[in-house]
Amino acid sequence: MQTQTHHKPCTSPEIGGVGHSLRRVEDARFLQGAGNYVDDVNLPGMLHMAILRSPVAHAKLVSIDSSAAMELDGVLAVVTGELMAQHNLAWMPTLSGDTQAVLATDKVRYQGQEVACVIATDRYIAEDALRLIDVDYEELEPITNPQRSLEADAPLIRTDKEDVTDNVSFTWEAGDKDATDAAFAKAAKVVSIETHYPRSHPSPLETCGIVADVHPATGKATIYMTSQAPHAHRTLFALVAGLPEQNIRIISPDIGGGFGNKVPIYPGYVVATAASLLIGLPVKWVESRTENLISTGFGRDYYMTGSLALDDNGRILGLRTDLLADQGAFYSDAQPTKFRAGLFHIVTGSYDFDAAHVTAKGAFTNKAPGGVAYRCSFRVTEASYLIERLIQNAANEIGMDPAEFRRMNFIQPEQFPYTSPTGFVYDSGDYETAMQMAMDMVGYDELRAEQAAAREEGRLMGIGMASFTEVVGAGPAHTYDIAGLKMFDSAELRVHPTGKAILKLGVKTQGQGHETTFAQIVAEELGIPATDIAVMHGDTDNTPYGLGTYASRSTPVGGGATAMVARKLRDKARKIAAHLLEASPEDLDWEPGKFSVKGSPDSSVSIQDIAFAAYTNHPEDEEAGLEGVHYYNPPNMTYPFGTYIVVVDLDPDTGVWTVRRMVAVDDCGVRINPMIVDGQIHGGLTEGFAKANMQWITFDEDGNCIGSNFMDYLVPTAWETPRFELGETVTPSPHHPIGAKGVGESATVGSPAAFVNAVIDALAHLGVTNIDMPVLPDRVWKAIHNA
Amino acid sequence: MYPPAFEYQAPDTLEGALAALAELGDEGRVLAGGQSLIPMMKFHLAAPAHLVDINRISELSYIRRSNGSLCIGALARHNDVVRSDDAKASDVVSSAAPWISDPLVRNRGTVCGSVAHCDPEGDWNSVMLAARAEVMVQGSSGSRRVGIDDFIVSYFTNSLETGEMVTGVCVPIPSGATGGSYMKLERKIGDYATVGVATQLELADDGSIAQAGIGLTAVNYQNTRASAAEDMLAGEMPSDELFAEAAAAAASASDPQTDVRGDADWKRNVVAVFTRRGLAQALASAGS
Ligand SMILES: Cc1cc2nc3c(=O)[nH]c(=O)nc-3n(C[C@H](O)[C@H](O)[C@H](O)COP(=O)(O)OP(=O)(O)OC[C@H]3O[C@@H](n4cnc5c(N)ncnc54)[C@H](O)[C@@H]3O)c2cc1C
Repeated sequence: MQTQTHHKPCTSPEIGGVGHSLRRVEDARFLQGAGNYVDDVNLPGMLHMAILRSPVAHAKLVSIDSSAAMELDGVLAVVTGELMAQHNLAWMPTLSGDTQAVLATDKVRYQGQEVACVIATDRYIAEDALRLIDVDYEELEPITNPQRSLEADAPLIRTDKEDVTDNVSFTWEAGDKDATDAAFAKAAKVVSIETHYPRSHPSPLETCGIVADVHPATGKATIYMTSQAPHAHRTLFALVAGLPEQNIRIISPDIGGGFGNKVPIYPGYVVATAASLLIGLPVKWVESRTENLISTGFGRDYYMTGSLALDDNGRILGLRTDLLADQGAFYSDAQPTKFRAGLFHIVTGSYDFDAAHVTAKGAFTNKAPGGVAYRCSFRVTEASYLIERLIQNAANEIGMDPAEFRRMNFIQPEQFPYTSPTGFVYDSGDYETAMQMAMDMVGYDELRAEQAAAREEGRLMGIGMASFTEVVGAGPAHTYDIAGLKMFDSAELRVHPTGKAILKLGVKTQGQGHETTFAQIVAEELGIPATDIAVMHGDTDNTPYGLGTYASRSTPVGGGATAMVARKLRDKARKIAAHLLEASPEDLDWEPGKFSVKGSPDSSVSIQDIAFAAYTNHPEDEEAGLEGVHYYNPPNMTYPFGTYIVVVDLDPDTGVWTVRRMVAVDDCGVRINPMIVDGQIHGGLTEGFAKANMQWITFDEDGNCIGSNFMDYLVPTAWETPRFELGETVTPSPHHPIGAKGVGESATVGSPAAFVNAVIDALAHLGVTNIDMPVLPDRVWKAIHNA
Repeated sequence: MYPPAFEYQAPDTLEGALAALAELGDEGRVLAGGQSLIPMMKFHLAAPAHLVDINRISELSYIRRSNGSLCIGALARHNDVVRSDDAKASDVVSSAAPWISDPLVRNRGTVCGSVAHCDPEGDWNSVMLAARAEVMVQGSSGSRRVGIDDFIVSYFTNSLETGEMVTGVCVPIPSGATGGSYMKLERKIGDYATVGVATQLELADDGSIAQAGIGLTAVNYQNTRASAAEDMLAGEMPSDELFAEAAAAAASASDPQTDVRGDADWKRNVVAVFTRRGLAQALASAGS
């Protein structure tokens, strides 16, 4: 695969196909405040729901007295676990094959767990009523870390399961233990690290919510819901609630950010739907900020150890890692069934060696469940962080420049497709070119010289690097599923008589710009201007089935489906063109937007003429119309990569570090809309900076969540976010129809290690080898003082 | 995020507000910028029965210099101080203003509301301690001026009597060469201080320190005057060694907690670092 530094568009700006930075069509409504979010949906007679949540982390539920709440004017119902149990809905399945309480019946297992719901005529009344519900808890020892959870005398969290005798949520392994042991046995040097990737939260600005409208006469359930995967959610609703699937319509309207937080089904959705069904009126529930932060799917919380075996020359021989996941009270990751620790086994990263072994264990704790995401494509973030931190420390230990160490150990371009020691088949890559570009952009050699001089003066600066490899685009049906549903995706395209088209998708934007980029794919393939193509998504009644948008899968999978359906239409268009031009289909040439007769370019028809003919003058042996659908099963995952370099200055007196430069060279294959790609990278780099610098959700010893609002859970704004300098190389995916890879998560995956490596680099000469994220100034100061 | 029910009124005049407060007694609560009170109501940390909104009392929105003081009215917003030329008369006041939260909060929140609130993580009361401010207090039966040390009683507690409110705060502007600074360590823009240190140095004609003021933020149950450090500085010629000793004394006056913002030992160290740097900056600006 040839790597280029950029990709020239094949279509004119008027057509606006792949490679044009079209302005986002969705922005007009967002910027004018005219979006339509779940909370904007107001239906006649609509009721409001509020949720009573457990104030304690672990307790027996002794009794609930809701009589005073029921007496408040405007309260229609107080729903408890007991009532849900009567309808067999007190528990629901998770996407990881566990079950999760909808409303607590036996115990509460984390602070913020759903205990009861009030349905009232307005939200204020519902909230006031919550305070009138009297719940008697008998407190149990809260388990706030997975180490305690696994001790023999730790109380059992999952007393709801008959055959369970410990707090282990899963165990898993990948790679080859014997080969790895052999590699370590012959190693000249072993470099190890032990680190915690702390719990974080995707915290989309729009919290989760639902308006459930079960029509009492027709039985049709119309559900407006903050959903990244409306089709999968409809199927799960059908299976859980026993509603006939054709009677469920899930509408995921404009979504104000998802980042994985809107993949799971939350208890509030189930109760609101049940309440609407029982009462016969629409019911709205929209989370408060605190509800979102304390109860919905978090990210990370992995305790990781890793070791690299090196030979005499510093070549990597093998990698061994062990993981302990803090799973919260229920195992509700969303990940492919086969892979209990997600795709963590991509941990061998950008480096070529033969042996790796990964062991993983999950532990239940008295914390909110999830681990689902935060823009990480199934735990790739943790994996990338671990290997890139190890690489830095290994280079330091053997006294080699980290860039040279990477260069020596990179998988080489000619090795692709490359089979990793844990079984991934990397599609394409050219790691050294991307790294060199980043080094040139930042002025690497000059910075190293400056650093040497600074150390002489006692000034602290550091240069950190990460050369990540991502795995996205789940995924091939033979390997990837969510709750049994294969991870294909779909596109349906109809070109109307005037040559304008509607594209319907199985994926669903939450801000990624699908309405712009997917139109550009059609524009590329059919030559219809992107502005003439309306993109519809998020409504299960009028879009084809798909698994939704998360894990950077939309372009690799849904984008593939879009290109393929457009090609189907182009094949048919060729036949109509042949009919119109009175030529045979094989004698026609295609260029974006028109067919012409080979050798006589003046004899041509435009795609618009063809569309008109499809409804007015179609060939007798063809069906009328110009439309089709494609379900795309990707042959492989795609493997975006890149190198990020961060330069920090550090104040030894306070431990405060500031980012002087941040250079990010990304290779995500062919870029459909370069501006949108840059936006995705900016967002991800900001999130990576947040995690390295300030962001975490922590708990006190009683299991109280510290980080339940934006004063305590820090989300950086434009003020403190460093300036980013972006570069690109283009190594197309050889198997994707338009050569694109996903990019939504690369920057979140790759950047945290670059920031932390920079801080460690500033302190390495003092003997500092690790500081866990977030790299807070007090941790830095203590590391200096303890060094 | 949904406050309990409350009554509300918004008088147009100071007299109207004072009459309302007198009538409501303990039930009444002043609403100024709402940047502390409204969040507390939403979190159910405060549940006032009756709010007296003073935002329509435009006579209170002044910032002015008079009789050797800089006076800030009860409706002057943090951002009014950022933009005020008069406020530049006090280095410690003008250098603190841009550190208050973010532009959104600065546009709404008031200096006097912050002074009244007595949140030990609030920045203004440290500034007022360093500058030896007086709080102007009025009730329906009359007015009084209260020194800032007496105004701050404890954690979220001031010395206002029932029915009284703050109408303004006045910072004396010394006649001699004076400089000040505010240093703040925050996790991100808009965050409260992890550690904040306000300093002011008034120099005598011979260059010695006539009076020093040092106020500490977020390292105690209330904003704290580092009096031992101040005493150490008064009457002495400024020097790096002296500032280092004063910094150590200021650190001893702090009693920080270990929390999500950081470790107590480290915070105490930051108090020392900021006191040292702050005094140096104050000295530099007094000389210029
Ligand atoms: C996101 C955020 C970040 C913040 N960050 C900072 C920060 O970095 N530094 C900082 O110092 N502050 C910070 N604050 C607080 C802010 O400065 C508030 O504006 C200030 O604390 C209170 O002023 P206010 O006018 O908003 O008062 P209100 O919220 O209206 O009132 C606060 C309290 O003071 C009383 N009160 C107000 N005015 C009077 C008066 N004239 N007389 C008697 N009582 C009165 C009220 O009754 C109430 O009890 C932050 C606030 C927010 C929301």
